[in-house]
Amino acid sequence: MKQENIKIALVGNPNAGKSTLFNALTGLRQKTGNFPGVTVEKKSGTFRLVGGSGQPDRDVTVVDLPGTYSVYPKSADEGVVMDILANPKHPDYPDAVIVVVDASNLQRNLLLFTEINDLGLPTILALNMLDVAASMKLTVNAVQLAMQLNVPVVKINARTGEGVPILQQAVSTLVDKKEKPSVKYFYVPKGNEPALIEEVKSLHQLDNDYVALQYVCQHDNFSFLAQPVRAKLDGLIEKYEFDETGFLAEETIARYKTIKPIVDKAVKSEGISEQPLWTRKLDKILLHPFWGYVTFAIILMVIFQAIFAWASYPMDWIDENTAALIGWTKEVLPAGVLNDLLTDGIMAGIGGVIIFIPQIAILFGLVSLLEESGYMARVMVIMDKVMRKFGLNGRSVVPLISGVACAVPAIMTTRSISSRHERLLTILVTPIMSCSARLPIYSILIALIIPSTKVLGIFNMQGLVLFGLYFLGLAGALVSAWILSLFIKRTEPGYFMLEMPTYKLPRWGHVGFMMYDSVKSFVLEAGKIILAISIILWVLSSYGPSDHMEVAEKKVVMSMSSASAEERGAAVASARLENSYAGNFGRFIEPAIRPLGYDWKIGIALLASFAAREVFVGTMATIYSISGDSEDVLTVKQRLVQEKNDQGGPMYTPAVCYSLLIFYVFAMMCMSTIAVVYRETHGWKWPLIQLGYLMVLAYVSAFAVYQLMS
Amino acid sequence: MSVRTVSQLQKGEKAVIRSFSDRLMSLKLLEMGCVPGCEVRLDAVAPLGDPICINVGGCYSLSLRLNEASTIEIE
Ligand SMILES: Nc1nc2c(ncn2[C@@H]2O[C@H](COP(=O)(O)OP(=O)(O)OP(=O)(O)O)[C@@H](O)[C@H]2O)c(=O)[nH]1
Ligand SMILES: [Mg+2]
Repeated sequence: MKQENIKIALVGNPNAGKSTLFNALTGLRQKTGNFPGVTVEKKSGTFRLVGGSGQPDRDVTVVDLPGTYSVYPKSADEGVVMDILANPKHPDYPDAVIVVVDASNLQRNLLLFTEINDLGLPTILALNMLDVAASMKLTVNAVQLAMQLNVPVVKINARTGEGVPILQQAVSTLVDKKEKPSVKYFYVPKGNEPALIEEVKSLHQLDNDYVALQYVCQHDNFSFLAQPVRAKLDGLIEKYEFDETGFLAEETIARYKTIKPIVDKAVKSEGISEQPLWTRKLDKILLHPFWGYVTFAIILMVIFQAIFAWASYPMDWIDENTAALIGWTKEVLPAGVLNDLLTDGIMAGIGGVIIFIPQIAILFGLVSLLEESGYMARVMVIMDKVMRKFGLNGRSVVPLISGVACAVPAIMTTRSISSRHERLLTILVTPIMSCSARLPIYSILIALIIPSTKVLGIFNMQGLVLFGLYFLGLAGALVSAWILSLFIKRTEPGYFMLEMPTYKLPRWGHVGFMMYDSVKSFVLEAGKIILAISIILWVLSSYGPSDHMEVAEKKVVMSMSSASAEERGAAVASARLENSYAGNFGRFIEPAIRPLGYDWKIGIALLASFAAREVFVGTMATIYSISGDSEDVLTVKQRLVQEKNDQGGPMYTPAVCYSLLIFYVFAMMCMSTIAVVYRETHGWKWPLIQLGYLMVLAYVSAFAVYQLMS
Repeated sequence: MSVRTVSQLQKGEKAVIRSFSDRLMSLKLLEMGCVPGCEVRLDAVAPLGDPICINVGGCYSLSLRLNEASTIEIE
């Protein structure tokens, strides 16, 4: 009998459907997408294996791994796979491996399978994408394949869940096998290698030839081998005059020679196999020299139109209702400190955020449509040459586009960029792309200064300005990449080489869940920070050092004894805020931000949003509802319109708004991004350089805009 | 006449891979299924002339840069 808890790993070529299968097995929602390189780190889940005939139920831990074309990693994400599979002491080392293969491209997918098999791991072959194979007029004979490869072969459809129960049963049967059959190698090295392998095997007490060979070829990538051990292996390589590149080429060619007759026997093709008709037809247009760019531009325009025009209806509705709710709460609850905290602090802050739910949902939904359909890979192709001009790679398109949703996952997707240099540049500039947390700031300021008129009959003027800001973010990212590439020396040539997936119909349920998930995490994550900061902010702006606030209040009351009660009330609130702790902070940094056109109230919001820019609008809502006349409740926008500057004119002039907009386009105000850059670059050097660079860029640009416009 | 490479293919033209001129690049290409003896066809050229998309062995479409394609020698 095996131990109670079974561990299995999902391995396969990129885009073969591993994550989709993972989701079908575990019921979790690991991110999937129709292009290579979606999963960049391991992710675990469990399912329950119901034991039949007197056997107890068992839990199976499944690890979803990044896709890879062979056991020799070419990029950071692929390295994870062998680090686990070559190290039996690794906590994730599996009892069995499910190799997920794309049946429409069996020959290339089997290369990895033969390698995994040679590592001596109990293996099951899961034949996926059979529907795609069928549309290419290919039929795969699973029984034939199982006999030739000598492993269980299960036909599945990861998308529909077909065959998944059979696969689970196969896992159970495989791990329950009493004795491990000896490995039947698909490839046996000749020449000097066998002697080298024997020496490594006895040195490290290994019983598998191919694992020993991996020690020789990849020891620098194995985190479980200590430095002296690596040096010793280097010594062996010299002793046996092992030529790695030559050997690897020979190995791969030999493996394909073994695989070819197997595939020829198992796969029957009616006529000449071709990519599915739809894929060929769509590529004719989407990769067309002219229409390719036109469609790309149209798609982008539609996205912005959707974010601005379509989302405005639910947003207005939410805005009015939160204002009404706050007003109602204020009246119903007994007046006092708690009432103020709840309404002016918490509800105003939260209200400033939930209004953006429709925009976030639409944004994430559309990005996931691009990913699921397979169009993303085409964008990489049509943009590669442009990207290269700026020192980036066609693959940088994915982080840049998903950076429009959120920079944190976007920066993680850079792991699939194989050149370290191009990857670093991409990481450094991705935060300049306007993420969804900037959307609230953009929306509210645009609504303040840009009339909602139609241009050319179809485009909304506000939508166009928003498009402009996003474009500025993109241009800023590209130009910055180019500037940085002058300073960061290139160490290796980058390469592109990308498998083009066939187009697939997006699964609407999946897209729906992406939207739901993103909204949920936005509301919960952002909501938590905003809640905390609103409370802190409310406290800091309701209390002040010693009796400064009271003194200021008295002064105002005395000097305004002739004014109406209403005017006096507003002036008193404003004076109190100014002398509160928060007001003091605002006053403290005011000299630094004056040249950008901001006053101390904006200064408070700026300080509060340093850790997370989504706090900005909520903070403004809190500040202005505290400093405003507390009788009637207004929407955030109405409050901003009413706000006056020192000279009594409107505070939010176009110059101030544009200056703020530009500042937030560039400023790196997000702790999570700093943290993820630290993790991905293994140190503080790059996040600090990035932070400094972006802050200077933001300050200088905002300064220039304000000075030019006022 | 010098050897032709995949980068010199015309749109729709087919050819058989013979060998590779860059050792490191060949490893990646081999993994991707571009084996000597395999038939390739130029399917599409990106709007700016680079990268290109080739069909590998009738199985799938691979996109690669011209300088990468120029290391694949054809018959
Ligand atoms: N037609 C069809 N599509 C499938 C099938 N299984 C998965 N897909 C789709 O294939 C695409 C890739 O699936 P993923 O699960 O993200 O692939 P992956 O192997 O995890 O890819 P990486 O993480 O990039 O290595 C998604 O768009 C899936 O919806 C299938 O059996 N048939
Ligand atoms: Mg995946």
